[in-house]
Amino acid sequence: MAVIRDVMPAFELLQPNSIAEAQSLLEQNGSDGWVLAGGLDSFDWLKDRIKRPKTVIDLSGVEELRGIRTTGDGIEIGAMTTLTEVAQHPVIREKYALLAQSAELVASPQIRNQGTIGGNVSQDARCWYYRAGWPCYRAGGNICYADTPEGRNREHAILHADRCVAVNPSDTAPALIALDAKFVINTHKGEHVVDAEDYFIGPDIDITRLHILQPGDLMKAIRIPSMWGGARFYFEKVRDRNVWDFPLLNVASAMTLSGGRIQQIRIAVNAAAARPLRLKDVESAVRGMPPNADTGEIAGKLAVQGAVPLQFNAYKIPLMRNLVKRAIGGVEQATWVS
Amino acid sequence: MGFLEWAIDPWGLRVPIHIAWFLIWVSVIAGLAFFMVHATYVRYFAKPRQFVPENPQVVPSEIPARVPRHSRVARMFHWIMAASMLTLLFTAFLPRVGVQFNWVTYHWIAGTVLTVSILFHIFHASFWLDFWSIWPDRIDITDAYHRVLRFLGRPAPLPRKFAKYPLENKLYHGAIMVAGLAAIATGVFMMFRVRTILFPRNPYLFSDMTWGMTYVLHGLAGVGLIALIMVHVYFGIRPEKQPITKSMIFGWMSREFYLEEHDPKRWVISPSDAAPGFEGSKRTK
Repeated sequence: MAVIRDVMPAFELLQPNSIAEAQSLLEQNGSDGWVLAGGLDSFDWLKDRIKRPKTVIDLSGVEELRGIRTTGDGIEIGAMTTLTEVAQHPVIREKYALLAQSAELVASPQIRNQGTIGGNVSQDARCWYYRAGWPCYRAGGNICYADTPEGRNREHAILHADRCVAVNPSDTAPALIALDAKFVINTHKGEHVVDAEDYFIGPDIDITRLHILQPGDLMKAIRIPSMWGGARFYFEKVRDRNVWDFPLLNVASAMTLSGGRIQQIRIAVNAAAARPLRLKDVESAVRGMPPNADTGEIAGKLAVQGAVPLQFNAYKIPLMRNLVKRAIGGVEQATWVS
Repeated sequence: MGFLEWAIDPWGLRVPIHIAWFLIWVSVIAGLAFFMVHATYVRYFAKPRQFVPENPQVVPSEIPARVPRHSRVARMFHWIMAASMLTLLFTAFLPRVGVQFNWVTYHWIAGTVLTVSILFHIFHASFWLDFWSIWPDRIDITDAYHRVLRFLGRPAPLPRKFAKYPLENKLYHGAIMVAGLAAIATGVFMMFRVRTILFPRNPYLFSDMTWGMTYVLHGLAGVGLIALIMVHVYFGIRPEKQPITKSMIFGWMSREFYLEEHDPKRWVISPSDAAPGFEGSKRTK
C-alpha cells in the first residue's frame, strides 16, 4: 500500500467564524465534510491519505467554541478549548482536579497546547491495523486483523469486544464520566445535551464510530455540574512511555465520603473497551463501605468480571483490577497483585 | 456506483468485502413496484379465472367441510421460520439504514433458529409429507404455457385446477429456497468470524477472496429475501388469498375454496381426512 506521508491530498478548506456558520457548513457538506479541531487526529489520517475528505471544516476560528466559563451549576468548557487551558485553569484545578489531572497526562506539552478537549474525547481508535488503512470492520470491511492468532493486540480490548477489538484512547473521557459531565451537541434538529457516558458507543452499536456524532453534528461544549466539585478524586494512567503515549489503561474516580464511608461514587476506566466504561456494579458494591484496601480488593475483582483477553493483552486484567483497587483505596493502601 | 464494495487486502489483492448497501433500497423498491403493478392489474385488467369444467366423478359431499392443508408441525415450522427470517432481515438491515442497536447477537441466534428449522423441514418434508407436492410437474408447466397464451389473447385450452399448490406457490418456494439456503450456508461460515457459543473463532478459515465472496453472496441472498418476503406478505393479506393464509394458521381450508381452486384428482382428499384431528393421519404438507 503506497503511503505518502506529509503531503495531504487536496481538499476544500472552510474556516467558519461562528457556531452558526460552522453548523451550516457541516450540514451542507454532510459526510463529505471533515471536522478539524486541534488536528492531531485529523492530520494523521489526511497525511497518510487513508481518509480523503472533499471538504475540511476548520473550527479554529470559532471563538464561541473556546474558553472556560463558570455557570450557575458548575462550569462549561468550549469544545475547542485546549487541553493545556483545561489543565491549568484555576477553577478546574481547585474544584475538578480530576479533569485537570487527566488533561495533564495527555501526550506531550506540545500536543496539549494544540489538542482540544472536544477533539480528545472524539478522536478515533488508534488500532494500527485500522490506522494503516487495512479494510477491517471499523473501516467498513469484514475482518478484525487484531483479533487473529498472530494479530498484534497488546493494546486492545478486554471487555465488550464485538468483532472489532480497538479501544477508545481518550484520557479525559473517563474523568468526564466520573464528573457526570454533559456534552452539548448541535445537530440539524437543534441542541442536544447528552451524558458523557452516553456520548460513546461500542462496536455492537456502530462498528465504524467511537461516539454518537453524525456527519453534520457539532460538539459545542462540555458542562460539568457542581455536584462533584471538591470531591475526592483519583486518576491514574498507565502507558508504555510516560512522557508521551496513549493509555494502556486509565482509571478515574470521584467519591464523596460520610463518616469514613463512601457516600457517592462514580468510577470509569478507558482503553479497556471501545468506549470508556463506567463501572456501575463497582459503584453499587462499594457504596456505604470504607475506602480502604479491602473495599478496593472487592471493587477490583468485580471490575474485571467478564473480561476476555486476546493473545497478547491478558496483562490488562490484573492491571485494571489493580487500578480500580487503587482508585477506591488509594495508592497507599493498595498492594499490587499480579 | 458499483454493486459491490471492494478493498485492498494486506497482500495487495483487490477483494470484494460486501454488497453495496443501496441494493437494500433496490430490493425494497422492487417489492413495492411489484405490489403496485400486481394490484393494479388485478383491480383493473384481470379477467375472471377459468378452469376446465369440473370432474363429474368427484362428489362434493365426499369432501369434508374442512379440508386439511397444513399439519400442526408444518404450521409450527412455517411460523418459526417466519419469525426467525423477519428477525434476520430487521437485524441485518435496520442498522444499515440508521437504526442502531446491538444486532449481531440477535442475528446469529435467529440464524441458528432458522438453520435448525430448515434442517427439520427438509427432514420432515422428505419422510413425512408429500415431498413432490411443492415441485412443479408437467401439468403445471403445460397449464402455465396455456395461461400465458390465453393472457396474450391467443387460442389455448383452459388450464386445469391446481394440485395442492399452484405453480406460483411452487416457484416462490423454489426462489426462497435458493435465497434462504444461500444465506444459511454463507451465514454458518460467517459465524466463524464472530464470537458465538457454537464455533471457535477462525478468521483464517478461508482466503480473503473467498471470505469476500461469502459476504457478497450472503448480502445478495439477504437483499433478495427482502423483496421475496415483501411479496409473500403481500399475497398473504390479499383478500382472494386469505383462505390460504388462514389455512396456515388453522390448518384447513373450506370445501368450497378447495373445490373452486383445486383439482380433487391432483390433490386427493378423503372423508377421513376431515380437520381437525387430521394431523399425522395423512401425508399433507
